[in-house]
Amino acid sequence: MGAGHAHVLYQDRTSPVHRLPPEVKITAMVAFTLVVVATPREAFWAFGGYAVLVAVVAALARVGARWLLTRSLIEVPFVLFAFVLPFVGRGERVDWFGLSLSVDGLYGGWNILAKGTLGVLASLLLAATTPMRDLILGLDRLRCPQVITQIATFMLRYLDVLVGEAKRMRVARISRGDDPRFLWQLRGFAAGVGALFLRAFERGERVYLAMLSRGYTGRMPAVWQASGTATVGQWLRGVSVPAVAAGIAATAAVLT
Amino acid sequence: METLAMHIANGIIDGPVAAVFAAFALAVLAFCVLRARSDLDDRLAPMAGLVAAFIFAVQMLNFPIFTGAVSGHLLGGALAAILVGPWVGALCVAVVLIVQALVFGDGGVAMLGLNVTNMAIFGTAAAYLLVALLLRVLPRTPAVLAGVAFVASVVSVVVASQGFVLQYWLGGTTDLGNGLGGLAATLAGSHLLIGVGEGLITATTVVTVAKVRPDLVYALRGRRLTRPVSVPAVGGVR
Repeated sequence: MGAGHAHVLYQDRTSPVHRLPPEVKITAMVAFTLVVVATPREAFWAFGGYAVLVAVVAALARVGARWLLTRSLIEVPFVLFAFVLPFVGRGERVDWFGLSLSVDGLYGGWNILAKGTLGVLASLLLAATTPMRDLILGLDRLRCPQVITQIATFMLRYLDVLVGEAKRMRVARISRGDDPRFLWQLRGFAAGVGALFLRAFERGERVYLAMLSRGYTGRMPAVWQASGTATVGQWLRGVSVPAVAAGIAATAAVLT
Repeated sequence: METLAMHIANGIIDGPVAAVFAAFALAVLAFCVLRARSDLDDRLAPMAGLVAAFIFAVQMLNFPIFTGAVSGHLLGGALAAILVGPWVGALCVAVVLIVQALVFGDGGVAMLGLNVTNMAIFGTAAAYLLVALLLRVLPRTPAVLAGVAFVASVVSVVVASQGFVLQYWLGGTTDLGNGLGGLAATLAGSHLLIGVGEGLITATTVVTVAKVRPDLVYALRGRRLTRPVSVPAVGGVR
């Protein structure tokens, strides 16, 4: 079952973080992010504390700093927005190397940069230590409505179907004399996008009917659910990260 | 799969506004879940999964706009609304956003409510209302369906982008002042272009599906497309 699914970011290792059940990791990640966002932006040292926390978890999970940094480039568009803010923000201004910058804008830019980066790093850590299938299992255990987990399950399954069909169609085009290069690849792709959708659907429908005839009722088999529900100890270990973060945030809120 | 994306990241909108929109999104999604239960039958369940997968894949395509300072991607709200209906459609887009936020760090988790509101709720609702209205008054030929899908995509993308402007106006962490109008204009302009790209993809996809399997297109409600009657040319051109 493990082969071929969308494990784009998952890093197959064994570590204390990998062994934690998914529902614990999801809860911890969401709680950590919320705490970070709630922290006042003037408390610079607090964000340093969060960064140390992230680094500790990354070290425990044996996820490399370089991998984390390359992957966090995802937020570049909004970082650009953060760099624009000091120039267009209003209010009090400071001069810095001959540039007139808005103080409010500087704070705003910092706010986006710090909170955005920490959020991205937290979710990357979750993704690196949790396979997609376990993630959905975790959502299911957290009482996420079945309609949503069902759509998510099929989405992950069909992503590979889509990619596979797209590859097959590309090979078919090339073997019939199409010579796609650079942007013109898009033309052939765009013309075939409807066909791609239909082919993927018909494949997916067959898979779905096969699942139904083997007793699928909208939920993955109980065998998957039963193994490894979180123990109290695991919950405590998982929650320790956002708890420390909450401590930092509370101190920061009192001090500023 | 290198991705650049432009969901709202953490820290752009302040906490209280994010919380209000999260509550709003949660309420709407809960309603969608209730409505979707009756919709999600044997035919729609794999369709919903595929639509979500398709949107997920398509959101990986990014359009660098102008000098690359502004980039955007397809949203897929219109496609979802036309193929699986507004309730399941909104859920599909929401699922894509949730997975992206949890796994790719694309869009802050704390801002999930805002992103879901813009793309899953506003985008899908705008597209569906428009499609339902237009298909009621216009003839159901493939060309018209393509046009309707195109227009609905453009409108839904621009509406979703203006949702961000509304949220920034309510709770942006930095006061842009007059810059807000500029932000609205920049976003509307860039998303108009994205909307054209999205419209083309949506229109080709929907028309292909509608021609071969009209039963799969929710917006047609089980009715076939009428074939355009070919009018024999009389007289001709001299």
